[in-house]
Amino acid sequence: MRFALSEDQTLLQDSLRRALEQVAPLERVRRFADGAEATAPDVWAGLTELGLPGLLIDEAHGGLELGLLEAALAAEALGAVVAPAPFLGTAVLAPLALKLAGSAGQQAKWLPKLAAGEATAGVAISEPIAGARDGAGVEASGGRLDGTALFVIDAPGADLLVVADRVGGLHLVEAPPGPQPMSTIDATRRLSEVTFRDTMAEPLASGPALERLRDAAWVMLAADTLGAAQTMLDRAVAYAQERRQFGRVIGSFQAVKHLCAEMAAELEPARALVWYAAYAFDHAPDEAPLMAAHAKAHLSEIGRFIARTSTEVHGGVGMTDLLGLHYWFKRIGLNRQLLGGPERVREAAAKAQGLSAV
Amino acid sequence: MDLTLTPELAAFREEVRAFLAAHAEDYAGGAAREPLAWQRLLIEQGYAARTVPREYGGYGAAPDILKGRIIAEAFIAAGAPRGIANQGVSMLVPTLLEVGSEAQKRRWIGPTLRGEVVWCQGYSEPDAGSDLASLKTSAIEDGDDFVISGSKLWTSTAHLAQMMFALIRTEPQAPRHEGISYVLIPMDTPGIEVRPLKTMTGQAEFNEVFFTEVRVPKDQVVGGRGRGWFVANTTLKHERGMLGDPNATEARLNALIELMKTETVDGQRIVDHPVFRDRLMQLQARVFAMKFNGLRTLTDETAGLARLVVKLQGCELNHQLAALAIDALGELGVLYQDGPHLRAKGRWQWNYMFDLGLIIGGGTAQIQKNIIAERGLGLPREPSPAKA
Repeated sequence: MRFALSEDQTLLQDSLRRALEQVAPLERVRRFADGAEATAPDVWAGLTELGLPGLLIDEAHGGLELGLLEAALAAEALGAVVAPAPFLGTAVLAPLALKLAGSAGQQAKWLPKLAAGEATAGVAISEPIAGARDGAGVEASGGRLDGTALFVIDAPGADLLVVADRVGGLHLVEAPPGPQPMSTIDATRRLSEVTFRDTMAEPLASGPALERLRDAAWVMLAADTLGAAQTMLDRAVAYAQERRQFGRVIGSFQAVKHLCAEMAAELEPARALVWYAAYAFDHAPDEAPLMAAHAKAHLSEIGRFIARTSTEVHGGVGMTDLLGLHYWFKRIGLNRQLLGGPERVREAAAKAQGLSAV
Repeated sequence: MDLTLTPELAAFREEVRAFLAAHAEDYAGGAAREPLAWQRLLIEQGYAARTVPREYGGYGAAPDILKGRIIAEAFIAAGAPRGIANQGVSMLVPTLLEVGSEAQKRRWIGPTLRGEVVWCQGYSEPDAGSDLASLKTSAIEDGDDFVISGSKLWTSTAHLAQMMFALIRTEPQAPRHEGISYVLIPMDTPGIEVRPLKTMTGQAEFNEVFFTEVRVPKDQVVGGRGRGWFVANTTLKHERGMLGDPNATEARLNALIELMKTETVDGQRIVDHPVFRDRLMQLQARVFAMKFNGLRTLTDETAGLARLVVKLQGCELNHQLAALAIDALGELGVLYQDGPHLRAKGRWQWNYMFDLGLIIGGGTAQIQKNIIAERGLGLPREPSPAKA
């Protein structure tokens, strides 16, 4: 038994971090966030070189055949630099949907392309997980989809959409309808609204696939927040060591020092929770729904605490666009609400252990 | 990351479980029927004092943190009392093993492990709390003896203890961190007076201990004269690990879930109330985070910061669990001591009050935050006040 990253896992994360320094430095993130690009193909191409799109795809289909823990480590690294990359939909949820519920033909057609970075996939699963707003929701009938999906992940430029209908059935849509951008607080990733009108779709196998997708998504969002929050903490500590007031660096004042300690004290145990939730997804499926929910909800809470506290440690300049700290603040904010805010997710945690009547 | 047990460890777990099943009668109701006999049995089996060498009265196994973990889990699952974990076993024994003389090890470790000698800790003083190094209780040399005068505070179990391990200023001329010795003092020495200190729980969990010309042989010093500060710091790390123990926190969470499933208001279970359920889930996530954090500290050499946060987070979490239990009990949560409506003999109320003391004791939450910030994050120390 060893509760620690293996050498390979550490290596994976390190090489990803180094690649991200090259392909997604803050200037690149800014250009994406402030501009009108729907995707950042250069960033994705850089990550494709490392095999990131094929992380979860089996070797027979050209992937690396790794587990959700490795995917969580990748999500953490991406969150750490607020990378504009279609990782969640294209590299995690779509391959998982195909793996869990796709036919051999569907897998053979799409997985090699996804693994090679030749295709990207979006995922529309918000309504059956987070609840339907403004009348959204997709109806499936006779191989056709109708209705609107909100908060669709990685839709711009996607060759393929995985869509969940109102009752939780999953469908594949090739050549999907054009997504309408939804303007969110977090400009480092694109969410979309997609409307289906008598749109052709192939059904995926019925079963608990949507629940597995939800669990994986929750772990990924938690891991993304973990990475983003770690960066916010690191930057607060670095700033507290250089900023001087009253003739001392502010990090020597207990009022500031204790804020940093509180952030670290919350974040460090959360790391172990995220690791375990990701590990459980593959190795302890009975515990996976509970752990995924706890990881998502807990990282939402401490992510919010760290986002505001780190900004506060930076003082007024933390609020400005100069430092760009707000990209992390907003990324954490979006992760908190996407696919269910903490109150809703905790209801799922209660249900997963038979503590909820509903 | 690999949480499966090797065949050897899996077999070891079976062995522990079989032992607990075979001895279920010895601890029916969760407490040992004969605590000293139970302790001796655990040492014989290697389930207590596992890594203490045989010649000093332990079991003599090679250190194996995973086996230690398996023992702890199996005992919690069976509701069996663990081996004695008082301050003598948890703090004095590791200290003697590390820096004690051969004679001290042979004299004290065995009887302490077997529960025959109970110890109390004489560190804090009325004017030396977080700033422990300013302690004033001091010794004057007289031939082969030290003659000690002063007082100690927050001394739990002093009224039961036969011995105290204490920090005494023996070198008045030395700089403050270098003038302290770690001294073993028999509590029946003339000149020692123990006064119980009643706390808000209504009980006296602590004592004040007064020393008036208490005569102790100089060979009762552990680790060398003037080395007491450094000796004590090796022990503090053991205390802080004990105070944030995630196993105890998880056991308390399970008791809270049970409470919320069984207590009803107007016929509705507390756990079916969405607000209470949400609060419970928030705490459960934190308990799991601390549990996995604890697992990580066993096997991950990169987990330095993870170790530093255990005392702060664990004690706070224990307190919050007790707070939610009292809120879940509602009006019943104000009952105390006795009465037909009192739940769990008032344990939740007692914990809520007493555990505040654990947030303060063993290094306050604020001192813990200094440690995390300075040792964990590399922030600068508080500058010393300018000398007048």
